[in-house]
Amino acid sequence: MAEPAEKQEQEAKIVDEGLEVGISRLTGDKIEKVINQVLTGETGARLKTYVNTCVHCGLCSEACHFYLSNDKNPRWSPVGKVKQTIWEMIRSKGRVTPEFIREATLIAQTECNLCRRCMQFCPFGIDIAYLIATVRRISHKLGVTPRYIQDTAHSHSVTMNQMWVKGDEWPDTLQWQEEEARGEFPKLRIPLEKEGADIMYSVIAPEPKFQAQLIYQAAVIMEAAGVNWTMPADKGWDNSDMAMFTGDNEIMGRIKRTHFETATRLRVKRIVMGECGHAFRSVYDTGNRWLGWSHPPVPIVHAIDFFYELLKDNRIPIKEKFKDPVTLHDPCNVIRGGGLMEKSRFVANALCETVIEMNPNREYNYCCAAGGGVINCGPPYKLKRVKSNRVKAEQLMEAKARGAKVIISPCHNCHSGLKDIKNYYDIHMDIKFFSDIIYKIMEKPE
Amino acid sequence: MNDIYTFVSGPLAWVAFILFIGGIIYRLIDMFLQVRKKEPFIFTYMSLKYSLRSILHWITPFGTLNWRRNPILTIVTFAFHLCLFLSPIFLLSHVTLWEESWNINWWTLPDGVTDVMTLIVIAGCLFFLIRRLTQREVQFVTYPSDYLILAIVAAPFVTGFLAYHQWFGYPIMMTLHVLTGELMLVAIPFTRLSHMIFSPFTRAYMGSEFGVIRKSRDY
Repeated sequence: MAEPAEKQEQEAKIVDEGLEVGISRLTGDKIEKVINQVLTGETGARLKTYVNTCVHCGLCSEACHFYLSNDKNPRWSPVGKVKQTIWEMIRSKGRVTPEFIREATLIAQTECNLCRRCMQFCPFGIDIAYLIATVRRISHKLGVTPRYIQDTAHSHSVTMNQMWVKGDEWPDTLQWQEEEARGEFPKLRIPLEKEGADIMYSVIAPEPKFQAQLIYQAAVIMEAAGVNWTMPADKGWDNSDMAMFTGDNEIMGRIKRTHFETATRLRVKRIVMGECGHAFRSVYDTGNRWLGWSHPPVPIVHAIDFFYELLKDNRIPIKEKFKDPVTLHDPCNVIRGGGLMEKSRFVANALCETVIEMNPNREYNYCCAAGGGVINCGPPYKLKRVKSNRVKAEQLMEAKARGAKVIISPCHNCHSGLKDIKNYYDIHMDIKFFSDIIYKIMEKPE
Repeated sequence: MNDIYTFVSGPLAWVAFILFIGGIIYRLIDMFLQVRKKEPFIFTYMSLKYSLRSILHWITPFGTLNWRRNPILTIVTFAFHLCLFLSPIFLLSHVTLWEESWNINWWTLPDGVTDVMTLIVIAGCLFFLIRRLTQREVQFVTYPSDYLILAIVAAPFVTGFLAYHQWFGYPIMMTLHVLTGELMLVAIPFTRLSHMIFSPFTRAYMGSEFGVIRKSRDY
């Protein structure tokens, strides 16, 4: 475990090799060439129109948790971050210094979660997340990306999963979880490579790496609900995608293609994914489009949606509802990005006796400050990340004051981000996935 | 003075209107060609229903979360844009000019009303100026060009108001009024005032993305 964040109040000067080594290799000419290549070759009407339409009104500012949490310092506002990065690159026609690239990368990679809340605040509907993602793309092409997240992108490239899980470790982990679960439920299987199953269940690589109990729980839920499901034994099981967040679109495309092709190989009807937000964005919104599919070629069902189906049809027998009052965190990628807010509430109410709403909620919820690849930029940025989400802490404390004891967060990044926030701000609340609660309160299969 | 006035209200007016209308058409064609060439997927996601849902919410005062959060700004910005747009079109003396030159005319607003509307536009410009100077988040992203744009918009209304009331020399004010009005028209397609042209499209696209893909609200 890392040192608790409150002990590192003294902010150390962050030295990130991914950035320092990256910029040491840059020259003015190289920077100019790459920026202009991206600006003229990879962007088009959107970027141009957005830049021409923005009237510099600042109305996006109050949407941003970074801005709100840093005493409304304008350098943290969405348009402020755009000004310090892409505007300057466009204005100077790419003539910027390596130091500028370092600062721009820091802003784009560690001070924006691409949560898209500001897009709901902009009167013109300017896609600010797209502008920041374009900066990340430029940084990536210049070889300047924070080291930790770059490592996950390398892992994707080599192993087709985010966590360097080796070929045999994956089926081993599944079989280990199956064996464990069979101690409790003798008939339980984790069906591998079952062609023609209704559902392929895919997870993010951190699950087999250090949260294997989530796979265990999922298997128990599948068993209880009598779902005809399977998991792939080979590459394509990981639905996560950090390359999407480093601007490495080529690797993003490769990962998503592998994922969809695996589902096609197994001839499943649908892909059901675990409680992860960014993976949903990648599979449902970003990655599929990069590959040229307007909509996912295999229907994608997020865990919230899947639990909604099962609970609505009474396919998961519940012993008794969860007693502690819960509050529901709305992850940006599945709520603002996927519209699952009402289904999420249906699931929460079906499982728990008391659901206390946070404010704001649904698609207006505050971001966790971990998503968009920010938490994946690693420990050097942890303190900045938690300090830059004081407003989330206040929102949680307010829900706690009204009785909430447990936070349900159906997203991995949010989960980790909220955990850091509650530790830093001493908010004594538990954080759970829906599957944790289902597993706890369900009638266990024989 | 008379010669200058004849020039600005004659040949220069032609130039201004040609650049204004031609500029708008050029910017729109350029945008659509760019979309077709490089981002044709945008057409795939466009939805009339969700475009209208988004546009209608945003052109309704207090129709969106952010409008409701900023009541004073909302009132000012709606009053400002409405008056900015309507008063030049329905001003009696403008319609008279159209009638004299082209023998076309339409409904007009009483002079007292357009007078107040002009003051609202000027007050709006002052409000935006003060906001730019005092609000930190606006100040931070303000460039000299932002003040220039504001001045370009304010100028025809200030001069028009002074000319109508015949304070400081009517002929010179009138000439300045025509000149600054033309400047504003020409500036619309070629500066950030082009948000007049582009905002329905950016709004429509974002509305469509939120409606079709994200199934949530962008307002």
